[in-house]
Order: sequence, then C-alpha cells, then structure tokens
Amino acid sequence: MIPTLWIVSILVFLSVRLIPGDAVDVIVFRMATYGEPIEGFDREAITRFLGLDVPGYVQYGRWIGVLPTPHWVTGESHFRGLLQGTFGETLGGGADTIEARILARLPLTFQLGVLSIVIGLVIALPVGIYSAIRQDTAVDYAGRAIAIIGLATPNFWLALMVVIYPTIWWGWSPPAEWVPFTEDPLGNLGVLIIPSLVLGTAAAAGTMRLTRTMMLGVLRQDYIRTAWSKGLKERVVVLRHATKNALIPVVTLMGGQLPLLVAGSVIMENIFNLPGLGRLFLVALTERDYTTVSATNLVFASAVMLANLFIDLIYPYLDPRVRYE
Amino acid sequence: MSDATDISSSVIAPKRRSELADFFTRLWTEKPLGAISGIIILLLILMAIFADVVSPYPYDEANISEMMKGPSAQYLLGTDQLGRDFLSRLIHGARVSLLVGLATTALSVVISTLIGGTSGFLGGKLDLGVQRFVDAWLSFPGLILLLTVISIVGRGVPQMILVLGISGGIGGSRVLRSAVIDIKENVYFEAAKAIGSSKWKAFMRHVVPNIMPVMIIGFSISVGGVILSIASLSFLGFGLPLGTPEWGALLSREGRKFMETAPRLALWPGLALTVTVYCLNMFGDAVRDLLDPRLRSSGRRA
Repeated sequence: MIPTLWIVSILVFLSVRLIPGDAVDVIVFRMATYGEPIEGFDREAITRFLGLDVPGYVQYGRWIGVLPTPHWVTGESHFRGLLQGTFGETLGGGADTIEARILARLPLTFQLGVLSIVIGLVIALPVGIYSAIRQDTAVDYAGRAIAIIGLATPNFWLALMVVIYPTIWWGWSPPAEWVPFTEDPLGNLGVLIIPSLVLGTAAAAGTMRLTRTMMLGVLRQDYIRTAWSKGLKERVVVLRHATKNALIPVVTLMGGQLPLLVAGSVIMENIFNLPGLGRLFLVALTERDYTTVSATNLVFASAVMLANLFIDLIYPYLDPRVRYE
Repeated sequence: MSDATDISSSVIAPKRRSELADFFTRLWTEKPLGAISGIIILLLILMAIFADVVSPYPYDEANISEMMKGPSAQYLLGTDQLGRDFLSRLIHGARVSLLVGLATTALSVVISTLIGGTSGFLGGKLDLGVQRFVDAWLSFPGLILLLTVISIVGRGVPQMILVLGISGGIGGSRVLRSAVIDIKENVYFEAAKAIGSSKWKAFMRHVVPNIMPVMIIGFSISVGGVILSIASLSFLGFGLPLGTPEWGALLSREGRKFMETAPRLALWPGLALTVTVYCLNMFGDAVRDLLDPRLRSSGRRA
C-alpha cells in the first residue's frame, strides 16, 4: 500500500509537471488578456511563484513536503506539501485553496459513487442468482442478453438519451439544480438518482455476469448436493449455502470496477452539470490548472486504493479460509 | 513427376485442413452468434476502409441551404447544423473508431507481452519492482490518467494510439505475466533449460508460442473497451482533432448542442457504437471460449 501510494504520487507528479513552460505561458497570457499587469510579476517571478525554477526532483520533494518551499517574494521557507496536507497553489484563480475546493466537492462524488454501487448490486445480484438457478431458461437468456448489451452501451450515450427523450416525449427533464443533502435530502436524491441509475446499470452488467458464473460453479459442489438431499428448501440452499460462497469473487470484482466508476462520475457530472470532484478535475484540465489536476488525480487514485484496501481487510470475514498473519 | 505428387497428396496423405479453417468451422457451428458478430465486424471494417466509396457524400461537404434537414430519400439520416450528410459522417466515424481502436489494441497487446513477458520470465527483483509499478497504474482511474496525458501531449490520432496503447498495455500485462509464469512450471521448459538453451532461445521457442492464445484472447476481448475509451475521451473533448467525424465526438458536439431540436444526431452515433462494441464483445467471447481449453463448455449440469 505505502510503496504503491509512493509510486502513484510520482506518476501524478510526472504526468502533470513534465511541461514546465506551459503553465507559465498560460498565466502570462491570462494576465495580458484579462488582468492588470502587476508590478514585478514578470515571467521570472511567475516561474519562481510556481516553483518551476528548481530541478524536477526538488519540485517533487517540495510537493510531497519533505523539502521546504520558499515563499516567492520573502524567501521564507516552510514545509508545505502533501505530508502537511496542502496541495500547492491553484493556478486557476479564485480565493479558495485547492483543499477547500476538493472538500466542498467530495461529498457529491462520494454520494454518486455509493448510490451507483448500491443500485448496481440491487440489480445485478438477484438477476445473476436467478439466472444461474434457472440456467438455460428464457429468463436466463434474457438476463444474459441484456447484460451483454449493457456492457456494450456507452454510459455517456445512455445518459444523453435519458436527458433527451423524456423531455421530448413527456416534457420531463431531470432536475438540474444541485442541493446539498443536509439542506434538502429528498431534493438531493432527486438530482442524483438519474446519474446513479445510469452508472449503476452500467456496473450491474459485469457484476451480473460474474455472479451467474460463480453461482453456476458453486451449485455443482458436493455440499450443495448434500444440502439438497437433506431436503432443504430451494430458498435456503440457494441463499444460505450457495450465494455466500459465490459472492466472494464478486466483491473483488467490485474493487476492480472502482476506477470505471470514477471515470463514469467524471462523465455524469459533466452531462448532468453536477458540481463534483470530476467536474473540478475537468474544468482544471481545460484551464490548464495543473496543481488542481494533480490534486484531484491523487484524490481519485487514493480513493481507489483505500477502497481496495478495505476490501482486502474485510475479506477474512467473508471467507474464513483467508487469514492474514 | 507431377502426377506422382498429386497421387501421393490425395491418396496416401488425407488432405489436412489448415488449423485456421478448422477454427472458423468450429466458430460457425459452435458459436453462431459469435460468427455472425464477426461477419458484421468484417463488414464494418470494409466500410471503414472504403468509407470514401460507400458514403453518399463527402463527410465534410457543408451545404448551408440543406442544414438541419430531417431524414429523407436524399439524406437518409438527415443533415447536421452545417448541412453535412449525417450518414456520410457516421460512415467515416467507423473508420476513425474501428481503425484507431484496432491499432491501439494491437499496440497494447504488444506492450503487455513485452512487460508481462519479461517481468514474469525473468522474475526476481525486476518482477517485484515492475509489479509494484503495475499496481500503482491499475489503481489509477484510467480515464483520468488518459485525460491528463492527452491534455499535455495534445489531440491527434498518433497521440491517441500511443497513450491508449501504452496505458492499456501496462494494465493488461498482468494476464500475460501469469501465463508466462504458468509456462515456466512446465516440464518442457525445465528440459529446455537442462539441455542448455539460452534464456532468449527458451523464451522465443517455448514461451512465446504458448502465450499466443492468451495474446489473441486479450486482443479480441479488449477491442470493444478501447473503442469505448476513445469515444469517452472524444465525448469529453479530449479525443481527436476538431472536425474528425468520430462517433463519440459526433455525440458530444452535434448531438448535445441540438439535442432538443434534432435528437437523431445524438441517437445514431451511440447506436453505432453500441452495435459495434456488442459485436466485438460477442466475437471476442466466442474466440476466447474456443481457444481457452479451461472454458470449453463441458458438463453442463453435474
């Protein structure tokens, strides 16, 4: 986990900072076009302000927070990096720090992710289980066909169709105004439910297929035959004996689906105009605000890693055969 | 002389069909849906290559007097805001999506073979280091990384192929690595080492031919996903240069701008994407089922 996080931080740093001249050009251009020229804030000062006047490994050390960052005017040095909980200066303008912006947008994206996972499971598990216990029936074929089509449908197209066609047919369009959960819980869910449904159904297709495969494997085990021959009801055999064992790999798959979910949330926030982390990232990217981009990237990657760590940790409870020393 | 060889080939040795023909026969009889999907893909690829011949108009021919026309006999799918024939744009979109998708997937399979092959084959510290790097890579949401890199290297077909190919290649190297490690356990590999083959020779003679099925499977099941990635990037405005008639871009620009007045502009590119990816997935699944002996449909119900 720690070495991986370290490599991730290098990846984030490299992917964003390999373009030293670019950010300076953008600021110079922006000041020349929109702002008043500031006394003494020339190219060289901007480079110093961005900390681009030192070699890359020093920049990385400052960004991480193991090397002190000098103030660009006074020259006073302080440790201001990731280890101190700061992401650096935003290049996009505005008074809020990057940390404040991220914290303000995190709840929405988190909520969107959790809702999508829940919706995905609510759809996928029953269909997958039923499809397996009624293998090769019409229901099974229908479920599998829909799942394969679901895998092939781009979620951004599905989202657009959901926005477009109800408006044309019934004059209904999804609510556009975002309200925080604490102010208006119902209104909040009303805004989030459509994007979560789109994301959830997309994730459900893969989960359903794996659930079915795993159930089919488990249903042929000896202990299931024993359970049947004891005269247990189908409901008990399926839910208590088979499902519990079949779902373990499904939990792992969900960990693997998280990066897709993050990508999906960027797209959904873009289509449905939600002020979440994905939107912050995309806007920062178009504005070439690279410090914000690296901050959001790090948050996304850490979130995925934390979730996977959590899955690893709950594994022994799901599967008693797994024990960590 | 020629008579003699004719006789020997037709009488003594029964005519052996090539493995490839054998494979296609099995595909057709065992996986008809996969075979039909394969034919549709072949047609799409032909359409993509001969897009200039197939499409009724040039894709970028603007005709202001004909703008935003609905479907008609003249313009089967109508026209867009500049009066360009939408069907022609859609057909040229197949060229971009499919050909870029195939090229990208090919590159990513080569890269994952290189990374997974060397990492698994050489093992040791190198393997450990490389795998930590792959771990970090996999915990990165792919689209986020792609968007960031594309915003730096700029939009364009070569950039897209390189970025997507490398990123997919690193992600896919896991599967190749475990395949290589499996092969190293085999007796024939031990034997090759025992008779003193060099590492390189052992790799080329014993490992590469045996991971071919894994490579082909990897290729066929990931093309669909790659095409969707390209479309997602284009949809968010980080795909190919402006004006390229790519399906995701058509959806995002014309489709979103005029979604109330002309929803068909958003409907068709998405349908084209869905059908293409569906066929690619079905074909890929069929190929995998036929090539992977572990998945061969055996014992339906115990």
